[in-house]
Amino acid sequence: MAHSARRDSPELPDFSLLKRLARDQLIYLLEQLPGKKDLFIDADLMSPLDRIANVSTLKQHEVDKLYKVEYKPIVSIILALASKLSGMFFHIASCCISLVVPDVANADKAAGRFRRYKIIFTPQKFYACEAVLEEQGIFGDVTTDEWAFYLLPLDDDIISLELPEFFRDNFLAGDQRWVRTAGSALHLLHTVYGPFSKIHGIGRFSKMAYESWREQVEEGETKARQAEIGKVFLIDRDVDYVTPLCSQVVYEGLVDDIFRIKCGCVEFGTDVTSSDKRVKVMLNSQDKVFDEIRNEHFSNVFGFLSQKAKNLQTAYDKRRGMDIQQIKTFVSEELKGLKQEHRLLSLHIGASESMMKKKTKQDFQELLKTEHSLLEGFEIRECITFIEEHINRQVSMIESLRLLCLLSITENGLLPKDYRSLKAQYLQSYGVDHLLTFANLKQSGLLVEQQPGETLTVMESKVGKLVNDKAAGKLTDAFSSLAKKSHFRALSKKLNLVPKSDEEYDLRVPRDMAYIFSGAYVPLSCKLVEQVLERDGWTGLEEVTRLLNGHEFSVTGSSRAKNDAQRIVLVMFLGGCTFSEISALRFLGRERGYKFIVVTTAITNSSRLIETLLDNHA
Amino acid sequence: MMKSKPDEEDYWNSSKFKAFTFDDEDDEFSRLKESKQAVNSIRGLVEEDDDEDDVEKVSWSGEPVGSISWSVRETAASNHRTDREPAFPKINTETPPLSRSHSGYSLSSLFKGKTKGGNFQSITDTLSDSSVRLYAPELRKPKSEYKDYVSDWSPEETVHRMKQGKSVSLEKFRSLQDKLLLLDFSVAAHDGNVITAVLIYLKRTLSKEVLFRELESRQTALRHFIHYLTETRDQKLLLELLRALGRTEDMVLLQYKEHLSIADENKRRDFLKSCLSLPFPADDSAHVQDHYTLLERQIIIEATDGQAERGGKVEMFHKFPRRASIVNMPLITTLYYCCFYHYEEPEGSFSSPLNIRHTFRISEKQFFVTALAARAKLKAWSDVDALFTCRNWLGFTRKRSPVTFSRVVDILQKNSAPTQVLQDYVALVDDVTLRISLAQKLKCHDIIINTYRDLKDRQLLLGYRGKVEIGSAEERKIIELLDNQVRSSSSSSSSSSCDFLFLLQQIRWKN
Repeated sequence: MAHSARRDSPELPDFSLLKRLARDQLIYLLEQLPGKKDLFIDADLMSPLDRIANVSTLKQHEVDKLYKVEYKPIVSIILALASKLSGMFFHIASCCISLVVPDVANADKAAGRFRRYKIIFTPQKFYACEAVLEEQGIFGDVTTDEWAFYLLPLDDDIISLELPEFFRDNFLAGDQRWVRTAGSALHLLHTVYGPFSKIHGIGRFSKMAYESWREQVEEGETKARQAEIGKVFLIDRDVDYVTPLCSQVVYEGLVDDIFRIKCGCVEFGTDVTSSDKRVKVMLNSQDKVFDEIRNEHFSNVFGFLSQKAKNLQTAYDKRRGMDIQQIKTFVSEELKGLKQEHRLLSLHIGASESMMKKKTKQDFQELLKTEHSLLEGFEIRECITFIEEHINRQVSMIESLRLLCLLSITENGLLPKDYRSLKAQYLQSYGVDHLLTFANLKQSGLLVEQQPGETLTVMESKVGKLVNDKAAGKLTDAFSSLAKKSHFRALSKKLNLVPKSDEEYDLRVPRDMAYIFSGAYVPLSCKLVEQVLERDGWTGLEEVTRLLNGHEFSVTGSSRAKNDAQRIVLVMFLGGCTFSEISALRFLGRERGYKFIVVTTAITNSSRLIETLLDNHA
Repeated sequence: MMKSKPDEEDYWNSSKFKAFTFDDEDDEFSRLKESKQAVNSIRGLVEEDDDEDDVEKVSWSGEPVGSISWSVRETAASNHRTDREPAFPKINTETPPLSRSHSGYSLSSLFKGKTKGGNFQSITDTLSDSSVRLYAPELRKPKSEYKDYVSDWSPEETVHRMKQGKSVSLEKFRSLQDKLLLLDFSVAAHDGNVITAVLIYLKRTLSKEVLFRELESRQTALRHFIHYLTETRDQKLLLELLRALGRTEDMVLLQYKEHLSIADENKRRDFLKSCLSLPFPADDSAHVQDHYTLLERQIIIEATDGQAERGGKVEMFHKFPRRASIVNMPLITTLYYCCFYHYEEPEGSFSSPLNIRHTFRISEKQFFVTALAARAKLKAWSDVDALFTCRNWLGFTRKRSPVTFSRVVDILQKNSAPTQVLQDYVALVDDVTLRISLAQKLKCHDIIINTYRDLKDRQLLLGYRGKVEIGSAEERKIIELLDNQVRSSSSSSSSSSCDFLFLLQQIRWKN
């Protein structure tokens, strides 16, 4: 709907070029395998691949059959095998490749079949994967290659690395294998749309990604060109865990929470289509109806859609009383558009209804009330009781954990008594296996017990997380983890993240980014972006960065060209970002005359975040 | 190649490079050109990487295509870096990355923990003295072997090449200090891929004891190693590592985790039993004990009930066939199951809900909620009622609940309790607004009418009249109440006679 803020926002660069590049590389790789070949593709790579090339492109390059390879529960493997002359594998990089490929290859050998295999890793191949092939004795029988498919534009202003595993690898395991990937992705953007004039960032991995990018810039040669992207902001997901743990109430976020948007595409069930067919829909700015409601608070969406429906009715009704000639023009010029709009409209109305139903069923209001109380630090006991009942009634394994994490992060850890009791009840309700999940949550700092006396805090903040001191390592297990202290209350006060609740908040006319959470909370991540852009650095935010455990930086490049590009800001989330955050940034952009481009390792939400940390399966 | 970097590194501003020299106007075209160039550059890559020998390498060369990453790294290989992009500065914060000129220093600041062995000193020495580096392999190896090496990279250069995905040979790093230098440089480079590659080499060429010892003071490398062992499922080595590091908690959890891959329930139970002796922290120890006890019991219950079901003698199983095996279900699911099928059993029985409650120390609230849901599902309303009943010291019974009555209503309603049952509990909701909204949602007319009456709100009552069926008992009741109002207003003048019964009937409407 019309938020008429600044009209002079600059134009976004054209990111379809990135797709073209990826496609060209893919074709080149296919041509490296002359003759007919079968493709075995990792299930997780199917959707991204779909965005890049279609089946006919593959057929043109002599791909005979396509297979989807699912090798769960092991992370994501993207594979290909051959039945004719040669074959190939795709893989989003994990060592687990070893567990599939040798079986296939060795089975072939045993059967006396001759097939050539090629594994193509994307976006990057790892030494570890090849080491495994070597160990299995099939190195050489199987050759490898890389498809440097770093960036997938999901929309005009969203680019994804499609690396959901980034989060767990970095923030749980502490494996930095994706740092270079992130640096390379940034480098690609810099090469095509840069040069950047200024880079701000916060977080350990942001810093590392920056370093990796800087090195790549130094190593390469860059042609001078007119910059299309001026500023860059890098942020680690663990700087702000609160935002992705909150229920989303902006339309696009809500759709993601409920139906799960995958790679910019959502599958609506029969309850939405009100027919017996499921339907897959692309959700992006091409969908004009969606484009208008995606950033809206859900409470506004119904009104908007019904108004739209009325307008549509009027447009249809126009044909009454038309003469033949007029009808002819109507049919040839307007009807198609109207039909299209009609289809979209009924789809989104269906989706809204279905979401409404689901949310009333699970007492959404009460859930939101609890979340808001947690954010505000108000009536914590009641919140704990609510969470407890949630657990007791086995409502939802993920939801319960999400609330526990939110409680822990906003309260800077649970009291030992509460922690023990809630954990025990959780294990009773959802299985003792979740001992492992709790260990993960503790390690990542999402769900922790308050330490008796906060003596560690001082030390931790002094030495940072790169503790190499032997003595310190023995102090506590928490030391070896990547967990960090959350200082949400202090941050919230400092940055005024939770507006006073007694004020009325008109969600139809949002006054700040808090509207994405019904006016209850300004997302910390986006607030940081706002503040840093306003100050053009971290000056004056010393207290805030201290509370965020440091690792902030601001660097200036040389191109000081004053043009529109300076108001195009690329925000890169390392570890995922939510649709709500994107909506908040779009709002900020409209208010301040910026255009934001969101680059993220993956689109995330509370369920995805928690699911990656579950460990109750083999 | 990295050594000859002049001062401009620090004074990037002074670069001669101008950002906009050409293609200002023809943006589209240049962009196209660029993409084309990028693709071409991939093709150009077909040139083989420098050293293609039969030396054992961390295999990275492979196909003619080499590394595709068009991230301009191939251009780095060709050394014509004449017009360098004016660079962004390095970020110098608390832990500066190894700078090339003073790497020794930054190393020491990064790896404080390593001062114990005297070997740190020597690391710095080797590093600064590159000539030593050149001769070292020669001293170690027979000449014939040396011939195989085309190039001789320092640990720093090696790490740098690995980052770019180029082929390297790690075989020549044979002294411990070389290996550690390699590791420390890879850690300082923040590239997990390279760190892991070096660790794989170290794992192959160092004894466990030495490797573990060195990893202890290198947390980042250690994390990578643990992750690598986890991904390749090298359980045995991982356990040894954790034990050596004294990370008991991680170790026992890892061992416990193994039960997930045991499909057979009896074997799983036995495995869990063996876990009981592991040094878990106190709380977890109790949880694992519960896990074992629960599985043991589930196996027994499943056997008994399965038999009973097949026997076809037990009506319950006939009426409500079991949908899944109870084995490996969470405790609360088991409790629900027992409340469903074995509610009446005496406490001595394994499958009795009370027995389960005591064995696993289930809280009153938890037990209550579960039993309520199970009995409601069976529509055993008398059981439901009995759950709430408690006698006070005078012997009166009243309804009491460890959870709020609105929650009770919610549970009952989710189990499709009829309105007659629901309204008994809706009436017990304390909060008036909540009571009304629940009653409205569940169509408990009586409660709404009574509540409006108690609120003395005539308008609301009038309004509600339109919502009930015409001619129904509810409507009659409303009319009666409203009549009462008429009566009371007409008789208000004579209301001085304070009759108790009359007052009870009379309503002083507030509107």
